[in-house]
This record gives sequence, structure tokens and C-alpha cells, in this order.
Amino acid sequence: MSATPISQVAASDLTTLRDALGKGIISELEFRGEHTLVLTLEALPKALALCKKTLNYEMLLDISSLDHFGEDPRFEVVYELASLDDTRHLRLKAKVSEDEAVPTAIHLWAAADWHEREIWDMMGIPFSDHPNLKRILMWEGYPFFPLRKDFPLAGRPTDMPDVAFTGVAPLEGGPFVTAPGADTVAKREPHARHQE
Amino acid sequence: MESTDTVPTYAAYDSKIEGNIIFTRVDAAINWMRKNSLWPMPMGLACCAIELMATASSRFDISRFGMEVMRFSPRQADVMIVAGTVTYKMALAVKRVWDQMPEPKWCIAMGACASSGGMYRSYAVLQGIDQIIPVDVYISGCPPRPEALIEGLMKLQEKIDKEHSTQDQKKTFFEDKA
Repeated sequence: MSATPISQVAASDLTTLRDALGKGIISELEFRGEHTLVLTLEALPKALALCKKTLNYEMLLDISSLDHFGEDPRFEVVYELASLDDTRHLRLKAKVSEDEAVPTAIHLWAAADWHEREIWDMMGIPFSDHPNLKRILMWEGYPFFPLRKDFPLAGRPTDMPDVAFTGVAPLEGGPFVTAPGADTVAKREPHARHQE
Repeated sequence: MESTDTVPTYAAYDSKIEGNIIFTRVDAAINWMRKNSLWPMPMGLACCAIELMATASSRFDISRFGMEVMRFSPRQADVMIVAGTVTYKMALAVKRVWDQMPEPKWCIAMGACASSGGMYRSYAVLQGIDQIIPVDVYISGCPPRPEALIEGLMKLQEKIDKEHSTQDQKKTFFEDKA
């Protein structure tokens, strides 16, 4: 009577992907039935097309990005795929260096449009062949990518009269963060921790 | 029987229009009309807007103060109630709407976010609406209860009551002529 583990359902999909991509797969991870494939950036578009067209992952749940500041390649994009009946989930990852662009996935999933624009806006990873790659959250013309590790939470001032402006938020010693391992409640609760 | 000589002659008093005339100053009359018919422009941007809607609804009912006519066109509004978090991107639109409102106009910063950025100490959020438009009344709270908003609107009424726009107009007129 137990529910079928997701890992069993996705097993044949993984074989198909392994056969098709070969050395494009850098590593495979499994955690509590969740499968992750770490790919080379070159293999990524082929893998995505295969997932959509052959393996019928109808939904692109999300595209997110990571900034491994200080490493090379610096960035990483993460694709969360799912089938429409919600029985199969798959995560694809690929590292992107600072001068590289990720091929767009709009022709596969229309949902990729806004996800890719958000990543461009927040992290500054460009997507090649995207028909409308402009900012989605920050104002048009904003010169920074605020989710990068080297961007301060308080922001940086912009000097663009006649367009818009952005100031630096007064943090007063913040950001206010918790210290989960601290011994007393008073120390664990959010306090200003001075940034170096 | 009294003679006609005893009819009082202390004013240009006409019994036909008795009760239809009041003596006052122009400014006082204008202020009275303005403050009792404030048409708000709801600039609802976050959870404060929910309290703003509650204030307009039957339980709190700002039509008691003549403020129930929420106008979604800035050209017909008197007071902009900025209710919520103003991001730098939205700040452009808020400023634009404010500029489209005809004079005289007032602004209420409702809640912590509109007043000071609130808990959003971040690159994305404008740290107080007063950086781009003049604010008449700040209302504290996160979000403020409808009573607090009504209190703020009544404070604005008091402020309007103290204005002397005609006097100022006359003053600038003579200064320009001089």
C-alpha cells in the first residue's frame, strides 16, 4: 500500500538521459528520492529538450541561480522539472562562468521567460536568444545585480537623474540575523551583527 | 401696540433670507469645505491596503467624515494615502500619480513602510515616501488599524482647518505686483 517512491519512477528517465548525454553528465545525486543531474553547460540545452520532448516533463517549475563567489565557474543555474501528473521530478544543474551565456529554454517551456528574466535581473547571468531579456523586478536601467554575493544588502547608490534613483538603506549595524548555535535565547534571536 | 420706530435697525437684516447667511472668512469657509470632502486616492501597495479597505467599509465607515469617495483617477483626488511598501521601481509610478493630482493636495504616509521603509532595510525599497513627495501626516503601525488611519485623516482635517490659502494667494499677488 506504500506510495511508489519518486526515485523508481524516474529511473528509466535517468537511463535515457545517461545514454543520450554521455560525458555531458558530470555527476548524479540522489537525496530522499530527489534526483539531481549536474551537467556541463554544453549538454544543458540537449538535456532540457530531451526532458520536454521525449521524457514528457511538461512543467518547468522554476529556474534558480547560485553565486559561488570566489570559485570558477562562478555561477550555477538550477532547473526544476516535473511531469504534469506530479509523479516525476527532476533537477538539472549547470555551472556558468562570468563571461558565458545560458541558452534560453523559452522554445521548450513558455514559463522560462520570466524565470530567465529574473535571473538576469538579480544575478546578471545572460540568456542567449531570449526575445525579451530585460529587467523584471528592478527598474529599467538599474546598474547592479543585487543578488550577487559581492553586493551589499543595503544597496549601492545610483546616479541616474531623469530615470530613477536608488539610495543606501540605513542598516544601523544590521543585517539582523539569527545565531542558531548560540547557547542562550538572547544570543540566538535576531541581532545586528556588524559586517566586516 | 408698538410703532414701526421700535423695529431694530442694527443690521442689514432681511427676514426673508434669515438663516441662509453666515458671516465668516473666505479661508475658513474654503477650509471647511475642503476638509469635509476629502477624496482619497488609494495608493495601496501592500498589507496596509487591506486596512485601508477595512476603513472604507461599513464597520469603520469613513463616509462619516466625507472621505468615502475613493477615486482611482488622480485627477479627481485630494489626498493620496500611500498604504504599503514603496519599492524604488514603484516610486516612479507613485511620483507620477502624485504629480497628476490637482492642487490642493495632501499626502498621508500610512504605516511603517511608507513612512520610513519599515522593516525593509534593503536595496529594493524606498526608505520613506517623503524622499519623493511631501507628506502631511505619518501614521505609525504595521499595519495601522483602521482607527489609526481615521485618526490620521482627522489630524489632516485639523491641519487643513489651519490653512490660509486665500491670504497667502493675496500676499503673493501683491508681492508679485510690487
